[in-house]
Amino acid sequence: MSRATTESVAEIKARNKQLIDEVLKVYPEKTAKRRAKHLSVHEAGKSDCGVKSNIKSIPGVMTIRGCAYAGSKGVVWGPIKDMIHISHGPVGCGQYSWGSRRNYYVGTTGIDTFVTLQFTSDFQEKDIVFGGDKKVTKLIDELQELFPLNRGITIQSECPIGLIGDDIEAVSREKSKEYGGKTIVPVRCEGFRGVSQSLGHHIANDAIRDWIFDKSAPEASSKFQPTAYDVAIIGDYNIGGDAWSSRILLEEMGLRVIAQWSGDGSLAELEATPKAKLNILHCYRSMNYISRHMEEKFGIPWCEYNFFGPSKIAESLRKIASFFDDKIKEGAERVIAKYQPLVDAVTAKYRPRLDGKTVMLFVGGLRPRHVIGAYEDLGMDVVGTGYEFGHNDDYQRTAQHYVKDGTLIYDDVTGYEFERFVEKIRPDLVGSGIKEKYVFQKMGVPFRQMHSWDYSGPYHGYDGFAIFARDMDMAINSPIWGKTTAPWKDAPRPSLMAAE
Amino acid sequence: MTQNAEHILDHSELFRGDEYQQMLANKKALFENPHDPAEVDRIGEWSKTPEYREKNFAREALTVNPAKACQPLGAVFAALGFERTLPFVHGSQGCVAYYRSHLSRHFKEPTSCVSSSMTEDAAVFGGLNNLTDGLANSYNMYKPKMIAVATTCMAEVIGDDLNAFIKTSKEKGSVPADYDVPFAHTPAFVGSHITGYDNTLKGILEHFWDGKAGTAPKLQRKANNWINFIGGFDGYTVGNIREIKRIFELMGIGYTILADNSDVFDTPTDGEFRMYDGGTTLKDAANAVHAKATISMQQYCTEKTLPFIKGHDQEVVSFNHPLGVSATDDFLMTLSRITNKAIPNALERERGRLVDAMADSSAHVHGKKFAIYGDPDLCYGLAAFLLELGAEPTHVLSTNGSKGWEQKMQALFASSPFGKNCRAFPGKDLWHMRSLLFTEPVDFLIGNTYGKYLERDTGTPLIRIGFPIFDRHHHHRYPVWGYQGSMNVLVKILDKIFDEIDRKTSSVGKTDYSFDIIR
Repeated sequence: MSRATTESVAEIKARNKQLIDEVLKVYPEKTAKRRAKHLSVHEAGKSDCGVKSNIKSIPGVMTIRGCAYAGSKGVVWGPIKDMIHISHGPVGCGQYSWGSRRNYYVGTTGIDTFVTLQFTSDFQEKDIVFGGDKKVTKLIDELQELFPLNRGITIQSECPIGLIGDDIEAVSREKSKEYGGKTIVPVRCEGFRGVSQSLGHHIANDAIRDWIFDKSAPEASSKFQPTAYDVAIIGDYNIGGDAWSSRILLEEMGLRVIAQWSGDGSLAELEATPKAKLNILHCYRSMNYISRHMEEKFGIPWCEYNFFGPSKIAESLRKIASFFDDKIKEGAERVIAKYQPLVDAVTAKYRPRLDGKTVMLFVGGLRPRHVIGAYEDLGMDVVGTGYEFGHNDDYQRTAQHYVKDGTLIYDDVTGYEFERFVEKIRPDLVGSGIKEKYVFQKMGVPFRQMHSWDYSGPYHGYDGFAIFARDMDMAINSPIWGKTTAPWKDAPRPSLMAAE
Repeated sequence: MTQNAEHILDHSELFRGDEYQQMLANKKALFENPHDPAEVDRIGEWSKTPEYREKNFAREALTVNPAKACQPLGAVFAALGFERTLPFVHGSQGCVAYYRSHLSRHFKEPTSCVSSSMTEDAAVFGGLNNLTDGLANSYNMYKPKMIAVATTCMAEVIGDDLNAFIKTSKEKGSVPADYDVPFAHTPAFVGSHITGYDNTLKGILEHFWDGKAGTAPKLQRKANNWINFIGGFDGYTVGNIREIKRIFELMGIGYTILADNSDVFDTPTDGEFRMYDGGTTLKDAANAVHAKATISMQQYCTEKTLPFIKGHDQEVVSFNHPLGVSATDDFLMTLSRITNKAIPNALERERGRLVDAMADSSAHVHGKKFAIYGDPDLCYGLAAFLLELGAEPTHVLSTNGSKGWEQKMQALFASSPFGKNCRAFPGKDLWHMRSLLFTEPVDFLIGNTYGKYLERDTGTPLIRIGFPIFDRHHHHRYPVWGYQGSMNVLVKILDKIFDEIDRKTSSVGKTDYSFDIIR
């Protein structure tokens, strides 16, 4: 394997182009023309990856994408732990997204914390016919009675809500008034809106702007005194504890994290964020909107960072520190130095086992680019990558800061394309989601889920990097991959002479 | 620093270190605006009371932690049981991502399914173009032998007519005119995943038997001696269908398993990804019209399919997820009656072994109280088995159970002295169950993975039987039907009972007694 390392860049590019031509042959003409725009071979020096993105998926091709509801309830809002998020509509959406994203938190679940509960209006036919506003009105009363410690409520719209003409905004206003200005947020994240999860992120960001920022003062619930070193973590969903293994570094360098968006986050943290001196943004895709808004409205600067792998972590710590005084800059150096022995030990242990191994990725928001550095820290080579719901600005960042010349790029990849690409390139590892995992493992290709960290993590920060390195080693060097072919399959026919 | 390269700590250990614990405590105190801990305790305690239970049971609009999914999940599950069949769900695309993830998390297997990816414009103009393009793309890319179409709630709300759309799509050349595209309307706001299973299976049979939506002559039934078998929506389909085949073969019965997804959810890792594997052949699906009878293992998964089949002059018989001695006896005797085949000695021996095992162990189960939740048939089967063991299925809750189911459950309870204090709860959810477990405690809880939250809150030990099971691996490979399947269920129950005694008696210097070596 590791074919890419033994080929010249020109050979790789020629092969990748040929691969693209091959997969396009399966499509009807119209579809081939459309898909061709999403597949490319990266040319070094170009400002983007040469693919179209954030456009409608083609029917029937087996897109990996989800919907706006998944982007809002599943990603942005769901982790806010002290609010209740109603999956408003039929039962399925909330059921399939119930507890599956591993947004870690601490709290008394069911009493003052609600992340891993599934609240739904469980629409029946009569709700479709007569509308659901009355039902959700009553539902809010029942929530208030049975879950009195909830700090707020969001109404996450499923497909029917927007189609039957419900007015959840009016319900929210009315009930908020009735409950003394309680935070009740209507979110128009119906699954048919937009082309992927991405619009759901945007809608969720806008809902925070309109129904939290515009309706509360930053002092509303957090009484702390601001300091010069207050920052907010934006776009970390604390999957497997990612935000915690990030927060600890920021605090060690002397900063104070006043809010987490949104993993292990609370309404008070959202409300207090305008007090931050700097917003640091991990998942650009899902939360750039609110960062830009806070910059415009409150004058809070924001900076992107990357806490995957020691190279990017150090670079990011210094970048974040550059917004502050020498005390913080020294703090960043101190943190980098403190963790260097851990980084050295992890690298010494795992790099020899992973050096030169190739990886193909297909993930969501930031990971198709952000994790590349962590693989490179271990000597690994990302030979193909693509975004489930990226936009052109994601591909620009990818091209300008992350991928190598000749990398195969596939936007909104179809099941068919991904299988063919992996089959031909035979990387040492594929990193994608649960829907892809077993496909590639059946093919004998090691795999790690890169949405849920395959139930491991955290992968952020130095503590997370150790786990990341171990997990990649575990996947690639598992003895099981030597056993996928029965020994009698390849063996020469046994001679019966001796027995005869 | 907590992390260590030599002994890398996972999340379960890492965050319990002092540095992280201190960090989290500071975060909470300074920034989270937490409630007074005494107030949290007070509400927590209140939530365990009969008073809370009363309010909880008075809910009319709110559902919390339901134990059911939506129709198209069942549609995909059923469609995957046919030879080289690609499930195609017409509507928003996110739904399909959810069904695929959900089934893959349970079976640890790939789930192939496509969407027509409808968006705002389709909401306005209808999804005909999406269906037409989608069928053409799927047909060319994945070379299915059949595409089985279902709907999401979006397509249902806007009123897309699958019959007309598929006809028009074919006229536009998306797939050949004689290509099999059965369909079923599966609105998420009616019924649950078991309804979607039912509608889809009926849609497929109707397609083959009743003239393929007016494009072929209806099949003329020529009765034979074969038996059709329908498993229903079943998280144990892999183990169960194999067990049923073994039983049929032991009895020498000619059979057709309808919607046989036992292979596609259990493909080997040998270097090849099999997008399609096994399944009921399309020929067998068509020929199933000639069978002598159809047997459904789950009445509530086939409420429309069975009457449809009966309308084609077959005998139909349904069971409620038969488990245990008598239910399995009944199942085998029914097979025997219909086919005139004797129940072979091998199965009689298996029966004897199950009775033997129950006799050996029933002292540990007898008199124990259980709460059960899940799909209506599974609940019934489990409750009946527990009654045979002298246990009491005190609370039996099915979110997708009907009034009819409730009556049937109550009749079952009335049939046994152990059912005296037992009650069925149709249409209730796991937050209702939480109140039941606090106010009328039981010894054990049987349910799916989500029961672990109830176990944590109420301390009722959870025995994982149901769907989905996400946090334990490979249970679906073991049957829970037949005498041998019942044996598996018995062992699962017993293991938890014994583990629980050990757990409660494992404090050295305090409970050294009862920590027994022999039981």
